Amino acid sequence: MWLTRPLRERSTQTFLGVLFAALIVVTFLHLAMPEDSVFYVSSFTVTLMGKYLCYALLAVAVDLVWGYLGILSLGHGAFFALGGYAMGMYLMRQIGDRGVYGDPVLPDFMVFLNWQELPWFWHGFDMAWFAFIMVLLAPGLLALVFGFLAFRSRVTGVYLSIITQALTFALMLAFFRNEMGFGGNNGLTDFRDILGFNLRTDATRLGLFIASGIALAIGYIVCRGIVASKLGRVSIGCRDAEARTRFLGYRVDRVQLFVFVVSAMLAGVAGALYVPQVGIINPSEFSPLFSIEIVVWVALGGRATLYGAVIGAVLVNYAKTVFTGVMPDAWLFALGGLFVLVTVFLPKGIAGLVFRGRKPKGKGPDGDAGAGKEATA
Amino acid sequence: MGIIRSLTLLFIAMISVLSLPAQAQEDDPGRELLINLAEAPAGKVEEAIQAIVSSGDERARGWLEAYGANRLSRIKDSGEVVIVLNNRGRDWEIADPLTGDSLGEMSRRELARVAINNRIRGQLEGILAMLDLSAADPDLREASAEDMMGKVDAALVEPLEARLEVEENADVRQRIREAVAIYRVDEGSIEAIDVLAGSLHPNARAALSEAVRGGSPEQAAAAKKALASIEQKLKLNRAAETLYFGLSLGSVLVLAAIGLAITFGVMGVINMAHGELIMLGAYTTWGMQQLLPGQPGMALILSIPAGFMVAATAGIIIERSVIQFLKGRPLETLLATFGISLILQQLVRTVISPQNRTVVTPEWMSGSVVINDALSLTLNRLYVLAFALVVFAALMLIMRRTRLGLEVRAVTQNRNMARSMGIRATRVDIMTFALGSGVAGLAGVALSQLTNVGPNLGQNYIIDSFMVVVFGGVGNLWGTLIAGLSLGTINQLLEPWAGAVLAKIIVLVFIILFIQKRPKGLFPQKGRAAEG
Repeated sequence: MWLTRPLRERSTQTFLGVLFAALIVVTFLHLAMPEDSVFYVSSFTVTLMGKYLCYALLAVAVDLVWGYLGILSLGHGAFFALGGYAMGMYLMRQIGDRGVYGDPVLPDFMVFLNWQELPWFWHGFDMAWFAFIMVLLAPGLLALVFGFLAFRSRVTGVYLSIITQALTFALMLAFFRNEMGFGGNNGLTDFRDILGFNLRTDATRLGLFIASGIALAIGYIVCRGIVASKLGRVSIGCRDAEARTRFLGYRVDRVQLFVFVVSAMLAGVAGALYVPQVGIINPSEFSPLFSIEIVVWVALGGRATLYGAVIGAVLVNYAKTVFTGVMPDAWLFALGGLFVLVTVFLPKGIAGLVFRGRKPKGKGPDGDAGAGKEATA
Repeated sequence: MGIIRSLTLLFIAMISVLSLPAQAQEDDPGRELLINLAEAPAGKVEEAIQAIVSSGDERARGWLEAYGANRLSRIKDSGEVVIVLNNRGRDWEIADPLTGDSLGEMSRRELARVAINNRIRGQLEGILAMLDLSAADPDLREASAEDMMGKVDAALVEPLEARLEVEENADVRQRIREAVAIYRVDEGSIEAIDVLAGSLHPNARAALSEAVRGGSPEQAAAAKKALASIEQKLKLNRAAETLYFGLSLGSVLVLAAIGLAITFGVMGVINMAHGELIMLGAYTTWGMQQLLPGQPGMALILSIPAGFMVAATAGIIIERSVIQFLKGRPLETLLATFGISLILQQLVRTVISPQNRTVVTPEWMSGSVVINDALSLTLNRLYVLAFALVVFAALMLIMRRTRLGLEVRAVTQNRNMARSMGIRATRVDIMTFALGSGVAGLAGVALSQLTNVGPNLGQNYIIDSFMVVVFGGVGNLWGTLIAGLSLGTINQLLEPWAGAVLAKIIVLVFIILFIQKRPKGLFPQKGRAAEG
């Protein structure tokens, strides 16, 4: 079975081991340590790490398409945000009549905007199973339609990057509009509980953190499974020599579409787990800056390694937390510098630096020169 | 009492000394006219005013305005008429109506107001308007005639028609005719409707709609017809206005994108910092205006070369320090230049300010060209449109007619072949990048006249610019021009019924779909160059 095969791989075993060890250690330190101990992990930190884990899953999703398919998506933030909005809508409906205006059905912002009834696309989100399906379906469908159109016309390389960026930009503008019915500028917030658990208790927060960890593990296994399968081999073929793969008789566009949709769904799951932990979802998650930031996490960690994406996401976001706290002005300098340094000096990222001695299988991700040629043609 | 009297005498003596030139104008006819007005009994006031008006004196407007505002007074002792500039407090500041010179202050008890009744004051507005109608400046005459539309009453009709006889300027004549016609239509005339049928002035339309509602059946029918023809004309004008705004927005897009078309299209380099180079150009304009305070026009003209140089230098630094190491890796170039754009933005925020800076629009660029009552074109947009076309033409010339252009095209088509023919490809790369960046700087100079200059200026244009380049077809300057202008126009056409944000979204979605249909843009490159 393609999904169980990764479990026999050394690298996957190591990754999962480290991940679960981290989950257990944090849980232990949070629950068992007295609050005044140096080792005590506060609820705030747990949520922060849960956030990092969501980002890590998102980075894995981006690495799947960029590292193994050669598609640089500058719009993965859109899938992330769509998953987040699906979850946010469920959480909004869970507020019920505890909102400021006390309307049993309409969320606060709709009452504020004088809406009389729920828009059609809000129906069903009071049921958890429906919302969770939508977390996968909404980004998946968008990726399916967008990818179908793009890959069928053989839009790849730089062009695809630019139109994915335009896609997320257009969605950002759209979600900023109050008329869209997603809370406009302010987005969705003021959540109370999820599946009956109060979001503000430490236990729920810890639960969400563990859920994020498990989601990351599953996402990693799925990606690893795809990459190691025959489909993954073809996908790497598409990355390194798209035309040649096509001439060999493979349906390049179908492979691309499949991997792209899986990646979008993973991003959606990441967004859905992110929202209850942060407590808000607003259109800024659609901003092109965020999407391109994800790419730099992957680039820093090491493209086409999956675990590198996780390392990069956690490192950059930890740095962001530290920087924005200590020297807010310096953060953009640091991030900008990171973009330049990683691309010029660390083309294989941290993973490439650490495992320099190992011989990569096949041509590796630096087949970009070939892909680039095709892109500019 | 005696002291005051002697002081006053002294004061008057001083005035006489101070206003020697005024004394020299003892025989000024204006003096006679004013005294005549001041002394006129109630029934003769209109005659006195008429005398002033028909004297043709340039100062008459000021006098009558002062008269209407209760600012005309006589010095009790000498009988001289003066204009009161400030009537607060006990001592009033007065001026000589003949020369306009200040005469200092005088106790209000020494002054007697020239009386005016409400009937006269009511007429005065029309009289003043008539006075403006005989001004020497035709623009002034036209403005005052336009002012009169809808304000004409029975008393004014006759003098207006008399004015029509002597008026030479066609525009002014038309205005006067329309002003009278509005009055006539109100009175129930049907013939006058024909005069208004061609007018786009809102007051003319108001008079006609009034006639449709309240006039006799025949008049209402005629007015309806006239209104319909006006609506038709208005629609045309509105379309012209939309087109103008569209072209203006398009010209901005072209300016922002054309530098990108060179670096992206010709060199194959994705420069995400292009928007920030635009921003640098805009800040150069701001800096120039700080260096040359009080001369915004001069500063703006100097910013054109300065903005080019600043952005081009920044471009060369970016090319040498980063892009040259990423040759043939377009996706990495994209990421690295994006990092540079973040650094540049933050640099401006830290060094200058996170707030927007105001760039002054020079006088010769503000205002608008009035085509007719419904259509006027703002000058600054017109200048930017012209500037965009000039920049485009200059770039075309450089690419087609100069050595540099030839070398750039050669390197684009086949780098190795060009190099073996003795072209220094590295130098060409630097020059091309500098040119593209410099043009971004020029775009910034132009944009500083249309939008706020702030650290986010570039970010707002980068996605649009890429859209324009991709839509037009990479490596094709003509495509960029046409794509920019048409995208701008489409955006403006959509705006009235979709709103600004939705229009933008629709355009973005349209381009995304368009790229699926024609991945190489409107004007794809053909032949060997296309195979790269």
